[in-house]
Amino acid sequence: MHKKDLSLLVLILVVGTVVAFINPRFILVGNLSNTANQVGLFGIFSIAEAFVIIVGGIELSVGSVIALLGVLFIDLIVNRDVNWIAAFCLIIGGGLAIGLVHGTLVTRMRIQPFVVTLCGLLIYRGAARYYTEDATAGFGFGSSFPTLEWLTAGRTNVLGFPLPHSVVALIIVTAVAWVVLHRSVFGRYLYAVGKNEEAARYSGIRANRVVISAYVVCGGLTAFSAILLAMYTRSISPAVHGSFYELYAIAAAVLGGCSLRGGEGSIIGVVLGTVLLQVLQNLVNLLGIPSSLNFAVMGTVILIGVLADQYLVQRNRRATIARGRRQANVAAAPLEQANAE
Amino acid sequence: MLLSVQPPMSEPFLELVDISKIYPGVVALDHVDLSVSPGEVIALIGENGAGKSTLMRVLGGVVEPSGGIIRVDRVERPSLTVADAIRAGIAFVHQELNLFDNLDVAGNVYIGREPVHGGPLKLIDRKRLYAQVRPLLDRLGADFEPDAPLVELSLAQRQLVEIMKALSLDARLVIMDEPTSSLTLTETDRLMRVIAALKADGVSIIFITHRLNEVTQCADRAVVLRDGRMVGALTRAELTPAAMIKLMIGRDLKSLYVPPAAPPGGSVLDIVDVVTDTYPDRAVSLSVRRGEILGLAGLVGSGRTELARAIFGIDPLRGGAVRLEGEPIRIATPRAAIEHGIYLIPEDRKSSGLLLDLSITENVSLPDLLSYLRFWLVNTAREAENAHRQRERLKIRTPDVATSVGSLSGGNQQKVVLAKWLSMRPKVLIFDEPTRGVDVGAKQEIYDILRRLTDAGVAILMISSDMEEVIGVSDRIAVMHEGAISGFLDRGQFSEHNVLQLAVGHTV
Repeated sequence: MHKKDLSLLVLILVVGTVVAFINPRFILVGNLSNTANQVGLFGIFSIAEAFVIIVGGIELSVGSVIALLGVLFIDLIVNRDVNWIAAFCLIIGGGLAIGLVHGTLVTRMRIQPFVVTLCGLLIYRGAARYYTEDATAGFGFGSSFPTLEWLTAGRTNVLGFPLPHSVVALIIVTAVAWVVLHRSVFGRYLYAVGKNEEAARYSGIRANRVVISAYVVCGGLTAFSAILLAMYTRSISPAVHGSFYELYAIAAAVLGGCSLRGGEGSIIGVVLGTVLLQVLQNLVNLLGIPSSLNFAVMGTVILIGVLADQYLVQRNRRATIARGRRQANVAAAPLEQANAE
Repeated sequence: MLLSVQPPMSEPFLELVDISKIYPGVVALDHVDLSVSPGEVIALIGENGAGKSTLMRVLGGVVEPSGGIIRVDRVERPSLTVADAIRAGIAFVHQELNLFDNLDVAGNVYIGREPVHGGPLKLIDRKRLYAQVRPLLDRLGADFEPDAPLVELSLAQRQLVEIMKALSLDARLVIMDEPTSSLTLTETDRLMRVIAALKADGVSIIFITHRLNEVTQCADRAVVLRDGRMVGALTRAELTPAAMIKLMIGRDLKSLYVPPAAPPGGSVLDIVDVVTDTYPDRAVSLSVRRGEILGLAGLVGSGRTELARAIFGIDPLRGGAVRLEGEPIRIATPRAAIEHGIYLIPEDRKSSGLLLDLSITENVSLPDLLSYLRFWLVNTAREAENAHRQRERLKIRTPDVATSVGSLSGGNQQKVVLAKWLSMRPKVLIFDEPTRGVDVGAKQEIYDILRRLTDAGVAILMISSDMEEVIGVSDRIAVMHEGAISGFLDRGQFSEHNVLQLAVGHTV
């Protein structure tokens, strides 16, 4: 575990303990299980976002993609009688396709990722609203998909704790993403391209492909979380469903040590970042802070976290430079003497 | 064409006396004297790395000298700040022009000093701005308008904008760093006329150049630097290319040369009429043989790096062919070059050669990661093992291969770049400035590695601007001049004089 991840974990534990002391309802099984469910749902698309951020891009359309694909998924299985497994595959395919388009526009067309995905944000939101004629999409009376519901929104009792299946999904995604990012060739390429695309190209890495793949992974994972979210909320009003979720994702990634300049960040960090955000959300509810302040609290905590991190980094750097200078002086002294003579 | 007729006027307003600049391990300037009188045109010449740019940076207040006196209008001081230099009327026209693409001509000339309307908003007085620029345009005989967007101007026109900027600051001395290196002949002629006009107005000019015929054309005086020392000054009457070259060379080169174990074999890499983007109407042909180090010499900007980039697939080939061991190959990407066993050690290792934040291990394995796979994942143990092996083999000085490359010295960083490629059986290695920023000890080690590689059958193309290196390490030298090969030299013909003759476009 990185030092950064560890300090994030400590921060989460401290905040959790404080909240538990002020309001013991925080550690009730029901509350913890619900918070865990939120972490599961938000964690997956935050990991999706992290892939793109690590390669040096940004993905702003996460929330809109979640709305559009969620609406389509419900429509497919409820109104069009598509087998849910087929529908699942179609939606994931849709997510991958969106990622492919974004990645291609960013690399081959050289459009800035911010612009590409901002347009995506607007387009997919509009498409979702148009598709449902701005009506709420949901499950009608009598329509039920017991297996699908159990798989996506169910909970299994583990040692007396009702473990949400979204958390199981997050654990699996985290494990796979961890291996991919931290142990596979593709992961190494992601960091290399994110850090210094030119040097990566000089080492024979096909940088464009790596970037496109990151967007494709992001699209696929976002589609997966779109399905989980649709099954959890059971009804989707396309105008607001998933809005601002991209910002939750970016916040989690940044808290987790990703740099928006690319090339940095760890999967564990991103998951911990998601946990912290959800604990804060929960804290606002439990401590009786007006829920309108929700975002303000989150924003403040993120800002303080980033400031603290920056402070530590700079202190470290100063220490390193001072050490380097001492060494350089020692090394240069005889030379300068020799030259002076 | 003789443009300069009057002798330099009156007494100097600017004098550098006994100026030295010492960097750790390098003496960039060694007790240099230089004086500038009003209306004088001085050419500053010397090989790459002779200290010309450092001297000019001292004048511009960017570099603080380690010793000596700068006398401006009889006021003595140990160094200048940038503000002092501007106040003294010293202006720079940079090689890479410092202009804003997104502004127009007038905006660039008066950047930071825009005339404003009164009032709290300080809106720019556009009318006055353009009116102020107009006379400057006329003075230089420029063929564009004050409101022309900079992006639409040619390089030569942009240079005039820089000169206008200098004049608007009432410059008494305009320093030009290789002003003609990217100009066409007509543009150069026009610049020469501008220089003559400035001179007539009493403005002094110092220009750094590699083109000796320009010096004879317009300079009153040439000052020659070599290894940070002033080795001579030529007056107008003495200015001949032969006299200048004679002064530029003449340092005794230590013999570094280690002959190859066996005579070179057949040719491995053939470059046939290759055309690059920078010089679209020049073609380059050369062959590198098995077991030889072919030095590629030439002045900065002669197209050597561009050639290397094209061979390695970074830039597109605009014509010609590349053959490897006789077979024509197509290289469109660095990956294709790497697959053929052609590797490039780039000039700028910090931006292109290495990922400074990553460890030695990760840098070394990066181009060849797929060969470290075990069950689809990177076998980090084997990766580290190879890094260890390379560390021993190349004597990379670090206790731990997990340290980030950015914390290593220049020499050790260069060895890490080498380690990358040596792990993968090179056929052809292209070195672009193999020892730039590398300390003396590591330099010798790198030369030893080069020789060991060629003895093992590798063909090496070594681009170098360091005369000592080119002559001391190469088995054969090709010299480039303005995008084309101006000649080949065999060991028997190696001399600084011959290389320099070819580099400035003369024949041997």
